[in-house]
Amino acid sequence: MKKTLLAAGIAAMMTGATPVMAKTLVYCSEGSPEGFDPSLYTAGTTFDASSKTIYNRLVQFKPGTTEVEPAIAESWDVSDDGLEVTFHLRDDVKFQTTDYFTPSRALDADDVIWTFERQMDENNPYYKLANGSFEYFNAMSMGDLIESIDKVDDHTVKFVLTEPNAPFVANLAMDFASIHSKEYEQQLLDEGKPELANQQPIGTGPFQFVNYREDAAIRYQANPDYFRGKQPIDNLVFAITSDAQVRYQKLMAGECQVMPFPNPSDVEAMQQNADINVLEEAGLNVAYLAYNTQMAPFDKPEVRKALNMAINKQAIIDAVFQGAGQVAKNPIPPSMWGYNDAIQDDPYDPEKAEQMLKDAGVENLKMNIWAMPVQRPYMPNARRTAELMQSDLSKVGVDAQIVTYEWGEYLKRSSDVNRDGAVILGWTGDNGDPDNFLGVLLGCDGVGGANRSQWCYQPFDELIQKARTLDSQEERAKLYEQAQEIFKEQAPWDTLAHSTVFMPLRKEVTGYKIDPLGGHSFEGVDIE
Amino acid sequence: MFKFFLIKLAQLVPTFIGVTIVAFAFIRLLPGDPILLMAGERGISAERYAQLESQMGFDRSLVVQYLDFLKGLLHGDLGNSLVTHAPVMDEFMSRFPATLELSLFALAFAVIIGLPAGVLAAVKRGKTLDHTIMGVSLTGYSMPIFWWGLLLIMLFSSTLGWTPVSGRISYMYFIEPVTGFMTIDSLIAGDWGAFLSALHYLILPSIVLGTIPLAVIARQTRSSMLEVLGEDYVRTARAKGLSNFRVIMVHTLRNALISVVTVIGLQVGLLLAGAILTETIFSWPGIGKWMIDAISRRDYPSVQGGLVLIAFIVMIVNLLVDLAYGVINPRIRH
Repeated sequence: MKKTLLAAGIAAMMTGATPVMAKTLVYCSEGSPEGFDPSLYTAGTTFDASSKTIYNRLVQFKPGTTEVEPAIAESWDVSDDGLEVTFHLRDDVKFQTTDYFTPSRALDADDVIWTFERQMDENNPYYKLANGSFEYFNAMSMGDLIESIDKVDDHTVKFVLTEPNAPFVANLAMDFASIHSKEYEQQLLDEGKPELANQQPIGTGPFQFVNYREDAAIRYQANPDYFRGKQPIDNLVFAITSDAQVRYQKLMAGECQVMPFPNPSDVEAMQQNADINVLEEAGLNVAYLAYNTQMAPFDKPEVRKALNMAINKQAIIDAVFQGAGQVAKNPIPPSMWGYNDAIQDDPYDPEKAEQMLKDAGVENLKMNIWAMPVQRPYMPNARRTAELMQSDLSKVGVDAQIVTYEWGEYLKRSSDVNRDGAVILGWTGDNGDPDNFLGVLLGCDGVGGANRSQWCYQPFDELIQKARTLDSQEERAKLYEQAQEIFKEQAPWDTLAHSTVFMPLRKEVTGYKIDPLGGHSFEGVDIE
Repeated sequence: MFKFFLIKLAQLVPTFIGVTIVAFAFIRLLPGDPILLMAGERGISAERYAQLESQMGFDRSLVVQYLDFLKGLLHGDLGNSLVTHAPVMDEFMSRFPATLELSLFALAFAVIIGLPAGVLAAVKRGKTLDHTIMGVSLTGYSMPIFWWGLLLIMLFSSTLGWTPVSGRISYMYFIEPVTGFMTIDSLIAGDWGAFLSALHYLILPSIVLGTIPLAVIARQTRSSMLEVLGEDYVRTARAKGLSNFRVIMVHTLRNALISVVTVIGLQVGLLLAGAILTETIFSWPGIGKWMIDAISRRDYPSVQGGLVLIAFIVMIVNLLVDLAYGVINPRIRH
């Protein structure tokens, strides 16, 4: 039997006799991780349990923000043509020592190169093992972007790109770019069990893996060799609790100290509970209604604008978001750099909307509104939203029908260029870069894919393309501000809302910061 | 007896083939597609989609896929999960003991309370006690499990603090699985604290999962007791001057048990179905919760494999019930 130090620590805490107690934080996580190798997966639940706890990346998002700051790389420089990005690595980063692995050397350039090779080099054994299914790496087009990765010396790595790409460095702060130990994975390969890397992970992060009981609990302990110093808590436990109601009960009973994703309807009661703090922050997301701009009469900007003016967005925020959100006027959220606050939203004005439709020669318009069948972080209830829109639109003489499909089907059909109707959907940012919203969701490349309004508008697309190649954030921000003006003028979407993220935790927990990108990290968290 | 067993066993074969077809078809009839669900809002290029589809083998005809599934099944290989990439058989076997342990405790709870309650109701037929027991059991039978579970958690765990909210054992303990039964493994490990913790965590989920079977058992016991109480041999026993206790416990209950045992056997299927909800409420790491996750991710191999295994278990239990039936009542064998 293996009884961990944890048990001893808790027993000590219960008797209250021992002065030195192990601090244990229990987090009621919402689901089971798919595995512990973050390069293989795309789900936030998996990243919380792997990349956020066990691993580090070359660069990272400054906690609580989307700003990129140094991590394993202490600095980096970009060549004048934007094609070469050189990272200078810290020399004091060690991989974790566990029951199953003892590193013989500190992290160096070989580990960095290995991390990316295993996701892009068809001859790498880990690439073969996964059949190349590194979905996030692929989705961010990293394979096309990286021409080569060169080792300059033991602590300097140079990425050569196929084209200048400003969001590239931010991409390296994403979970899939977590740095793996080449030494450990080589050892597993030599032993003929490479798949263990996904079950017994080794990283450089603040916590190291202890064990996982499927669907029940994951245990970690603080990494004593962590390059930023040992964490204030000694043990971290993820108690997997899929039902939001039950997580709330556990939090109240003190069985866990932090829980994600409360039911919106419970938030008010939580705020009144003396044992619970509810942190809140605007999420890095947007919910929108995307018209099919390739189909008449929605190909005319004035028709789209008129429909936008017929929909009462504040009423949706009040009824559907129950106040946990704000009306969106731009396609990017206000906390993101490049947000154009000077934009005036089209006001809710049904009379004018009716007139505008008449002027555009549109009468007795019949249209479909697509409502997603699932709840998403940016949209608590799409069906209810659609119903409110339907009643708003009927007031200006538009007959709207609500349609829906199973979620996978919905995602697929809504991408179709010939889709009939306007689609409710949304997006949560990956890397905090405006390009990740404006480029992915509204660029010409996305038509037939993530660009649900099928909107390819040259003046807008040129700005986005150009911004991608510039290195200066200030210059890029200017281009994005212009792009948002064009967006508002053309109105391919009705921008609906940016939702608020709530994070209930017990009063004794300190130092927790909400990650605007949706992850959950316990670095720097303490219990009083 | 052996011939009886063989006949019963042979009858299972066509049923089992039917089950494989249903399990295979069920998850494919549901709209939704594992690749699209994984890609999410971002979407996926047609080229990449085709690549993944062919890796997963979904580009082959349904007949070929089904035959492949059957072939694997005969070798005890249910394929790998699309999500974790681990063999479905291993995933199932590592979780099944948790479900079995919970079901057995729930069944024990149902029998220990339900059987005496049914006997009592029959003996006190038409009296207030009878009406009370039958009223309570009807309420129990119609209880929505999810609501009932949350209600108990709020009362006993959050308000009174008597029982833990959810989970299988306190996170202080990590018991290396031997049998997969937490209560047994903790005893093997010689850890009393862990054993008590495991029992403590079993209380609420066993009550919640056992509530419906309890009601069914109580009602069935009552009605078959009443039936037997009207038999001539019971009257004869009474006429012979046997004590009321002896008449009820020996002459009546024993004969009434035949139909009760069948009902208890039938509860196994119900328990496994009920376990899905109970496990979700109590974060119990069994196959119910695992199946729900697999269905929502359209993890075809896990869902079809899980369904076949569950059906197989139910069939085996029913076979055992038939056999037990034969032992209790020799007339059935022919």
